[in-house]
Amino acid sequence: MASETPLLDELEKGPWPSLVSEIKKTGYTGLLKLYELNYQDKMTHWTHGGMVGVPGYDAGVIGRVSDRRDILADAHTIRFIQPAGWFYSTKKLRKLVELWNKYGSGLMNFHGATGDLQVVGIPTENIEPFFDEAAKEHWDIGGSAGDFRTASNCIGPARCEMACIDTNDIYHTLMTDPDILNDMHRPRFPYKFKVKISGCPTDCVAGVPRADFVIMGTWRDDIKIDQEEVRNYAKSGKVDVDYIVQNCPTKAMSWDGNELKINNDECVRCMYCLQKMPKALSPGDDRGATILVGGRARGRYGAFLAWTLIPFMKLEPPYTELKELMYKLLDWWDENGRAKERIGETIYRIGAGKFLHEVGLDPLPTMVKAPRNNPFWFYFPGEVQVDEE
Amino acid sequence: MALSFDELDFGPPDYREMLPPVLERNYGKWKYHEEIEPGVYKHVSETGEEVYTVRAGQPKFIASETVLKLCDLADKYANGYLRFTSRHSIEFILDNKDNIEPLKKDLAEMGLPVGGTGRTVRSIVACTGWVHCHTPATDSPGLQKALMDELYDYFVSEKLPTRLTIAVSGCLNMCGAVHCSDIAILGVHRRPPKVIDEVVSKACEIPSMIAACPTYAIKPKMIKKEDGTTIRSISIDGEKCMYCGICYGLCPGTPLADPKNDGVSIWVGGKISNTRGGPAFSRLAVPFIPNNPPRWPEVVETVKKIIDAWASDAKPDERMGEWIERIGWAEFFERTGLEFTHKHIDDYIFNIRDMNAGARVRGKELKKFS
Repeated sequence: MASETPLLDELEKGPWPSLVSEIKKTGYTGLLKLYELNYQDKMTHWTHGGMVGVPGYDAGVIGRVSDRRDILADAHTIRFIQPAGWFYSTKKLRKLVELWNKYGSGLMNFHGATGDLQVVGIPTENIEPFFDEAAKEHWDIGGSAGDFRTASNCIGPARCEMACIDTNDIYHTLMTDPDILNDMHRPRFPYKFKVKISGCPTDCVAGVPRADFVIMGTWRDDIKIDQEEVRNYAKSGKVDVDYIVQNCPTKAMSWDGNELKINNDECVRCMYCLQKMPKALSPGDDRGATILVGGRARGRYGAFLAWTLIPFMKLEPPYTELKELMYKLLDWWDENGRAKERIGETIYRIGAGKFLHEVGLDPLPTMVKAPRNNPFWFYFPGEVQVDEE
Repeated sequence: MALSFDELDFGPPDYREMLPPVLERNYGKWKYHEEIEPGVYKHVSETGEEVYTVRAGQPKFIASETVLKLCDLADKYANGYLRFTSRHSIEFILDNKDNIEPLKKDLAEMGLPVGGTGRTVRSIVACTGWVHCHTPATDSPGLQKALMDELYDYFVSEKLPTRLTIAVSGCLNMCGAVHCSDIAILGVHRRPPKVIDEVVSKACEIPSMIAACPTYAIKPKMIKKEDGTTIRSISIDGEKCMYCGICYGLCPGTPLADPKNDGVSIWVGGKISNTRGGPAFSRLAVPFIPNNPPRWPEVVETVKKIIDAWASDAKPDERMGEWIERIGWAEFFERTGLEFTHKHIDDYIFNIRDMNAGARVRGKELKKFS
């Protein structure tokens, strides 16, 4: 018998694991037919899914409906807030799989671009009973629309020697905070607000390109050097120490074949030498975080990279100062942002100077690559003398 | 039965119950790590304990049956725990070195490749594409599969100058976060949305659409129907629209999908981490390649060409963008045989900072372009 999915079958060939084989395993046949049709027609047959959700929450369930209801009608997506660091026990995961097989399509996505555990393909009437049971297993729904999105964090101190902050604990503290959960489940912001937590400036969770608020581990004191291990790296032939010294972006290193010297005042914490020689070099002991603001993909003014707002902040549980800063920015943006405008764009449109003034942060040279090159600026009230009328 | 208010807003499961015991014991005490082979890391703690991480690639979507099989492997070899990386690979964290080989064997039987560490191509990050989304101009998961089949060898063995990150997004929403990748594939629409007046009038908030349009291409419109009643809709100025799809995100009455004109663009030289020169955007390499499902041979071939040009000439640790900066963009187009067109010069928000200020042109380019 000829296959009903001749085009998709082509994606079962080749060495990389095939998503088509996975869809076939689930028995989610409606999707298989619709997906084949998408390939035939070279376009998506999915359309807007309308408003779906669970009582009490206005976000986290994404409506999905096809324009070929004869093939597949309503098959929505649910985002679950992932555990910190994307760690799972098989016990917890098996239980969720069991519930998903009972109520949904069986197709899962580890993970969505923002970080959530996504399950795709659930009919409208099953959403509520599914969530009722999932909630008993402590699976809560994540963000969507103009709200506080599910954050994400790198593996941090759980298995990385470079972690300067406890990324898992910060993530979990934020994601269980009642104010944040309220703002995640009941959208009130102009647009999405994404938070990403990286343990060091390697930025393994890609905060700089994507997040509105980035918490990035760093250190203030000196890189710790084990000279014996530097020499071992050099001797091993696996690492060319001269080459690393040459590629240091601020030329802050020297190596005479015996001793490695680092000018820590000039080092920009780029992580290159630490990554190359983790056995010999490690971050200092005076650790904290750099806070960045305003990253986003695409957008009205093109893509933005997040920039340094606070060069250094000590972070200790329960991270009150961090949350206060975040909400100061959120409140300013909520007040000033336009619809579909991320905080970086609001700052860009209104002006970074006014933004800093209104949120009460001092301007710092570390915020810019260089000072302005034009004379067109504004004055705050009281800065210039005004004659009485 | 809906949950009561005080049963809501509880947040994610506690990670402390999800950590492998060996990580819990050594939390914050890690001293260094080394790569043993592609896909296998060893981390050593101050306490002297060692853990071995085996990293495997996976397709964009997996069946619950496969999740259970992964759980079986985690129970058998990793004390009942597993994790995923930010680039969506699966990681098993082993406290027993002897489990590496049998786990690798079992993963191979499941068809899951071990790799993606060190000087390899990383797992391709992709959005949901045509599998489960209403906005894409192309199928990201299909492209991920077609590309990874071709680049498989670069994932399981270390043959590149340094890491290579690739991302695929089906449309300009960029859920695949393509804009800072060594190589990015971005689905593009090339025609303004079709306006379905009946739908716009019933289902859409017209002022929000007008406000959200980045190029001010949307205007309100009244339509008089034959029965004398009027309905409210919008018109789109085709000269101003640049096909971003933000209006379709707000309104089902303005679909962009167009099989004749949709396809992909290719971008190069982006980077996320702060290492050396710091984060950088991907830049346009190829403005358009038509969709050619199921395996997009032209896209695969172009990506391969770009990788070959980089891999054959880059210095150790030199990422795609750093290599291009060293050889110059003119040389990049020369070596890859790709065409430099009007589309490569930013005329959207005309970016004067991208122009070559001054007259600093390399000698070979003076000869070539005269």
